Amino acid sequence: MSQHTLSVIVEDKPGVLARVSAMFSNRAFNIHSLAVGPTHVAGRSHITVVVDAPELEQLKKQLHKLVNVIKVTELEPSDALESEVMIARISADPVIRGEIGDTAGLFGARMIDLGPDSITFEVSGTPEHLASFLDHMRPYGLVDLVKSGRVAMKKLSDVARTVVGQS
Amino acid sequence: MTDKPYTGSHSLLESLEHEGVEMIFGVPGGAILPAYDPLLDSPIRHVLARHEQGAGHMAEGYAMATGRVGVAMATSGPGATNLITPLQNAKMDSTPLVAITGQVGTAAIGSDAFQEAYTTGLAMHVTKHSYLVTDADTIPDVIHEAFHIAATGRPGPVLVDIPKDILNQHTTWSTPSLAGLPGYKPPSSDGHPRQIKAAIELIESAERPVLYVGGGVIRAGAAAELLAFAEAANAPVVTTLMARGAFPDGHALALGMPGMHGTYTATTAIQKSDVLVSIGARFDDRVTGNVDSFAPHAKVIHIDVDPAEIGKVRNPEIPIVGDARRVLEALTTRLAAVRSGAPAPTRESWLSQLGVWKAEKPLSYDQPEEGPVKTQYFIEKLHAVTGGDAIVAAGVGQHQMWASQFWGFSQPGTWINSGGLGTMGFAVPAAIGAKAARPDRTVIALDGDGCFQMTFQELITATTENIPVKVVVFNNGGYGMVKQWQNLFYGGRISASDLGTTVPDYPKLAEAMGCVGLQVDQPDEVESAIDKMMSVDDSPVVLEVVSPLDEMCFPMVPAGGSNDDIVMGRDDL
Repeated sequence: MSQHTLSVIVEDKPGVLARVSAMFSNRAFNIHSLAVGPTHVAGRSHITVVVDAPELEQLKKQLHKLVNVIKVTELEPSDALESEVMIARISADPVIRGEIGDTAGLFGARMIDLGPDSITFEVSGTPEHLASFLDHMRPYGLVDLVKSGRVAMKKLSDVARTVVGQS
Repeated sequence: MTDKPYTGSHSLLESLEHEGVEMIFGVPGGAILPAYDPLLDSPIRHVLARHEQGAGHMAEGYAMATGRVGVAMATSGPGATNLITPLQNAKMDSTPLVAITGQVGTAAIGSDAFQEAYTTGLAMHVTKHSYLVTDADTIPDVIHEAFHIAATGRPGPVLVDIPKDILNQHTTWSTPSLAGLPGYKPPSSDGHPRQIKAAIELIESAERPVLYVGGGVIRAGAAAELLAFAEAANAPVVTTLMARGAFPDGHALALGMPGMHGTYTATTAIQKSDVLVSIGARFDDRVTGNVDSFAPHAKVIHIDVDPAEIGKVRNPEIPIVGDARRVLEALTTRLAAVRSGAPAPTRESWLSQLGVWKAEKPLSYDQPEEGPVKTQYFIEKLHAVTGGDAIVAAGVGQHQMWASQFWGFSQPGTWINSGGLGTMGFAVPAAIGAKAARPDRTVIALDGDGCFQMTFQELITATTENIPVKVVVFNNGGYGMVKQWQNLFYGGRISASDLGTTVPDYPKLAEAMGCVGLQVDQPDEVESAIDKMMSVDDSPVVLEVVSPLDEMCFPMVPAGGSNDDIVMGRDDL
């Protein structure tokens, strides 16, 4: 089953997230990741939802049927700006702290906590970036991990990007 | 009166009046009490049901008989939870309904207060939309939105939950608007012109077209447009359980109901069709049987007001999103334009094939002279005596299928049943709602003994509220359809489907509730029993029909089987 990313603009009202997640469970769709937050427009929230589903057509239509849903956009990976924040605690003997710190630095990870035998990093980026970071950290020992859920936005079209670039 | 402050309750009643509500079906209780006080001074009639489920089904019956939004009212907690079944029933059958429920005071919400339930949370799964009102000033807008959502697009139930303190809050009423619905845009189009054009091309070139008509045609008020289009296209019509009455059964192009207990001709016509035009239908499993073998040769045109229905079960060649009435009009107009006066295709071999099937594989039963009285026989007699001039409600099970099969429908809005959810006990309260809505019409509930025992107490409502419905109870001493499946698929092991025939005494039970109670057990007495039942106009009447215990409903396509394998009777097994 493939993963799809949906960008959903909803009314910022109590219970809207519950309605969206209730629809997913009612229709037997599996949520992989979900992130919710306000937008630049008052009264509007943005939900980025990553789902495991064979196809999205029915899901998009069911989302549209929810009265509080204003807009649903499917984001193809090639067409999306995606990011996620992760906090990862890596076991780190003081002897190899430097080595771990150097490697983490290559990923733009920021140390946010230091313990006697662990380092905690905050790192953000695309799903691939985070996966690669974890691949490099796993050999040292992964103690704890939390992810924010993916947020995504549609890329500007090539035409729009050119115009922006010229100005 | 004049010294009373204007509160949320007054605003609620004023809002309901503003929406044109003439009748509410409900049961009072603690949290909704404030709303019941101004109700005394309101022109809106309140019908006091004996159970909130009954109130909900009455509101559905009202809506189905009138096409208007039905309104049910209940208190918090158990009042609201008792409405869950009617709400889901209305959701499945796209019936416009607004349910108003009381809620514990705002400060008590979430504290497990007396008679508290998370009503909007429960409603989330069984309604088209729901509201929790948190400020009495918003009541006019919320009620206006609720009625708009319930009635437009694909109709459905909307719940409005109002805490007691909000009902008591001082407020004022102002003319409502729909400005608070930025995300609700029900399609109301005639269908995309390109799709209409493509559909007509396909239909005109079809050799074996079938119009597969669902309940959406009834909800859209599109029966006249359907008749015009079917005749113009010279295409035969099947009407699903929810669509009975959308097309006159007496018409030469009518094939009856398709599906699990449909007519041989309707089910087989779909199987053999080369173009299947679905109008307001949703490819329900009771119609399709095994989806993979459903209408295997057909190119599908799917017309629906709900885009999510299109492609949900079967991917159509031509999807058309739009209102059934307007799309049918557009199709008829387009048809006339492309024909430019030329006659309709005769489809001679297809129509004559259908005629052969109708003649060779009709609905059938045999009525032994000595009785007991078969449901099929009684329904045919009842139709003959009344001339079919009645609104008919049914419960769920064998009697429902026989009613659909043997009552010749000629008008939309005259068949009230629970199709999608299959809610046993629907008939009595739904018939009461329909009769309350249409006192000018004869309303007859055709019910089974199992169904009747689930909701018969609402006949007390009918008596006390002076709603003279007629209820026929086909007493086969059990859950007939369950028994049929146990006989067919569980080796005849009858488990918990036998209700016995000795209790209750139906005529006595009817009389205890203020109804006239009648009984018939001989075929040759059926007509006089019907005459007696029809002559009672000033009170509800219950007629028990003593029916055979082990009659089975045919034709039948076993669940999940292919519609090519229709079982016509016991001999086919």
